[in-house]
Amino acid sequence: MHSAHTPFWVRYLLLLLALAWVGLWILLPVSTVVYGAFANGWGSYLSALADPESVHAFYLTLIAALWSVAINLVFGLAAAWAIAKYQFRGKTLLLSLIDLPFSVSPVIAGLVFVLLFGGQTLAGTWLAAQHIQILYALPAIVIATVFVTFPFVAREVLPVMEAMGTEEEEAALTLGASGWQTFWLITLPGIKWGLLYGVILCTARAFGEFGAVAVVSGRIAMETNTLSLHVEKLYQEYQSQAAFAVASALLVIALLTLVAKSAVEWRLRRALTEIKHAPESV
Amino acid sequence: MNSLSKRRTLPGFTPTLTATLLWLAILVLIPLATLFWTAAQLDASTFWQVVTSPRAVAAYKLTFGVALLAALANGVGGFLLAWVLVRHPFPGRNVVDAMLDIPFALPTAVAGLAFATLCSANGWLGRGLALLGIHAANNRLAIWVVLTYVSLPFVVRTLQPVIEDLGTEADQAAASLGASRWQTFAWVLAPQLLPALLTGMALAFARAVGEYGSVVFVSGNIPYRTEIIPLVILGHLESYHFAEAASVAVVMLLASFMVNGAINLLARWSRRHA
Amino acid sequence: MTITIESITKRFNGYVAVDRVSLTIPDGKLVALLGPSGSGKTTLLRVIAGLEVPDEGAVSMNGVDVTHTPARLRNIGFVFQHYALFKHMTVFDNIAFPLKVRKRSVEEQRALVNDLLKLVRLEGFGQRYPSQLSGGQRQRVALARALAAKPKVMLLDEPFGALDAKVRQELRQWLRRLHQEMSITSLFVTHDQEEALELADRIVVMNHGRVEQEGTPEDLFEHPKTPFVMSFLGDVNIFHGRVEQGQTVIHHDPAAVAPSVTETKAVRAYARPHELDIDRTPRDERSLPAKVRHVNTAGATVKVELLLRDGHTTVQAYLGRERYQELKLQPGEEVYVVPRQLRIFVDEDDEAPTA
Repeated sequence: MHSAHTPFWVRYLLLLLALAWVGLWILLPVSTVVYGAFANGWGSYLSALADPESVHAFYLTLIAALWSVAINLVFGLAAAWAIAKYQFRGKTLLLSLIDLPFSVSPVIAGLVFVLLFGGQTLAGTWLAAQHIQILYALPAIVIATVFVTFPFVAREVLPVMEAMGTEEEEAALTLGASGWQTFWLITLPGIKWGLLYGVILCTARAFGEFGAVAVVSGRIAMETNTLSLHVEKLYQEYQSQAAFAVASALLVIALLTLVAKSAVEWRLRRALTEIKHAPESV
Repeated sequence: MNSLSKRRTLPGFTPTLTATLLWLAILVLIPLATLFWTAAQLDASTFWQVVTSPRAVAAYKLTFGVALLAALANGVGGFLLAWVLVRHPFPGRNVVDAMLDIPFALPTAVAGLAFATLCSANGWLGRGLALLGIHAANNRLAIWVVLTYVSLPFVVRTLQPVIEDLGTEADQAAASLGASRWQTFAWVLAPQLLPALLTGMALAFARAVGEYGSVVFVSGNIPYRTEIIPLVILGHLESYHFAEAASVAVVMLLASFMVNGAINLLARWSRRHA
Repeated sequence: MTITIESITKRFNGYVAVDRVSLTIPDGKLVALLGPSGSGKTTLLRVIAGLEVPDEGAVSMNGVDVTHTPARLRNIGFVFQHYALFKHMTVFDNIAFPLKVRKRSVEEQRALVNDLLKLVRLEGFGQRYPSQLSGGQRQRVALARALAAKPKVMLLDEPFGALDAKVRQELRQWLRRLHQEMSITSLFVTHDQEEALELADRIVVMNHGRVEQEGTPEDLFEHPKTPFVMSFLGDVNIFHGRVEQGQTVIHHDPAAVAPSVTETKAVRAYARPHELDIDRTPRDERSLPAKVRHVNTAGATVKVELLLRDGHTTVQAYLGRERYQELKLQPGEEVYVVPRQLRIFVDEDDEAPTA
């Protein structure tokens, strides 16, 4: 793939510029986080992480992420199944509606739920009458997170399901399998890499969501403060090193996500080429 | 729908489509409808007054202007990165390639914190810029920095497959016909890459316009100067002016939809050229 | 199990794939659904399997209406054209699948799968994955899997379509023997007339979503009811002619078609290459003058290509070796072609046989 006629100095200049660009925008902030986290040594790093507020924020973020991944998993599979396996009118419209949350700014995503549950609407008044707390509590955090991560699973599963076709499922049906048996024994193993990929993207976004959660959570310490919100709180309180320590936890999660993503991406690509180039005559 | 599902032999059409539509309605359509409904509580002239208030207009200009500058910066940087990654393999290329996903994976609050520190008066970048007489903290330059960061992967990721598909045959053919490297680039390669480049930049722009998390760390949030649209919306919300918040949000949402429409058109154009 | 199909119609977005087809598949028989691609044969097979729901009509098995019975309850074995083996399962697990979903004990599964592996001559292949098998092996796994549920009916969609010629020949004979042993009512789809003639007890010829003719292979081959069946079941020569006073006259000399003869009907006469004889002298009024163009002596019969006197109708004749030895035909020779048997069909488009 070498451009044969590109002189050495041009090639090296381009490479140098590219690496400088990556260094400036990616390595610099990442190393700032690491540096900032350990600026006052291991002791204060660990105590910042072990701080009850940080621990609670971590716990809350984990719960919210688990809920949203679970919810979007079920929804994404249902949507992908309906869209991939059947022909019906309005499919394109349905697809663009599923994509809609991607083009909504996170703050607006939060705002719509404040408006919906905030007491000015029928839904809000009814919920208040039933004493159901949604806003400024875990349910709102989960709902806002589900909104911003809405398309991930469906979008990643859909192409794999489409590539798989329906023949294996039909074979299972003629062999006496029920709908559920067909799904668990045939469809799920076939789409597992696409599904896992979608789940990873969804998890990463759920862990890091800031804007939407900031609006609906009320940011109450020890109650509705997620990790991202906690980083900002610490920063505003001039606890820079604690902020960086918590941020470094998020950084580790992000890097783990990337490793997992690369691994799954590789498997997924292989699975897709296997489907596409399945030898039909040997 | 019932008569339809009887004609389908693979089970599950009715339940899955019903679940999808129900879920979509509850989670996306009803909330978004509430937004429009709330904005409609204002009469037309008040609505107009709110969405064209000097503070809002300043925020539109800042948000879209800086997002555009970020998209342009990514157009240049992303093109360079994609080109080098595909055409000039070097040791560690896979690592660099994987690193480009960091802006997607790393929570924006972390990036905001890092850049706020970097740009502050005694940060690594801030000190350097201060020597040049530029104060990066709490100003538009800092907003540009974070917006460029959050939208970094889009141009690279859109261009990479296109450059790969291009191969080296076309430019070798052009070279064999006696074209100089610059002529080859300008006449043979650039026209083929332009649609994908524009698509990537539009995606970067859309992402930058909506960004909130990292900007609040670096901007200082000064009305008329460094206040982006999401902050104007939050300002209304915090003073319980729901209809006003919804109005500005509606304007921003419609703008996002327009950008999205443009992206779809660009993507279609780019597929036709692929 | 006897399958009865009553007036089945299936449309896809306005396109009629199967058009009012009625058919009976007799118990224990091996029946071929033969037709060109797009003739609706696969759709009909899928309707019988319960993989498509017909728009009109009914399917019944042993007199029980199963039109709206889901595929999994029909007790059929279906072999897909591309086998549809479960890629993520071993051969063993593929064959055990119908037993597993019926919650049979592990011992029972193992015993039956091993029997089936023996039956399809794949002992020792149980732990392989489908991707590690050849096409013919996959085909046999698909058959074993379909047989595992002890189906009352076997449905096979182009069972040998994706295999090369040699493997196909072997599998055909094997399938024929297997059917004789098990005598399960079987229906297979094919576009290959040779395959249908060789394998099937009965053949159903389909075209444009309809049944053209149904019968035993001999029946169809010797007494085709339509030109389509005639030409689909083997090579044919077509002669244009007309009916005069109850007699068919074949004119290949354009001058012989007098414009005054208007009440006569334009017809086409069909003869298979082996039904043509060649003489050096005209035998009777049916002898058609022709010129030998090419002789191919390789093979069990000698293939002679001739050009009729009209100057553009090419005719194929297959001669026995002895007859050829007698004649010693040379390219360029003037001879006479004599059809021993002709099947006459009135021109559907009523196009005058001027050419």
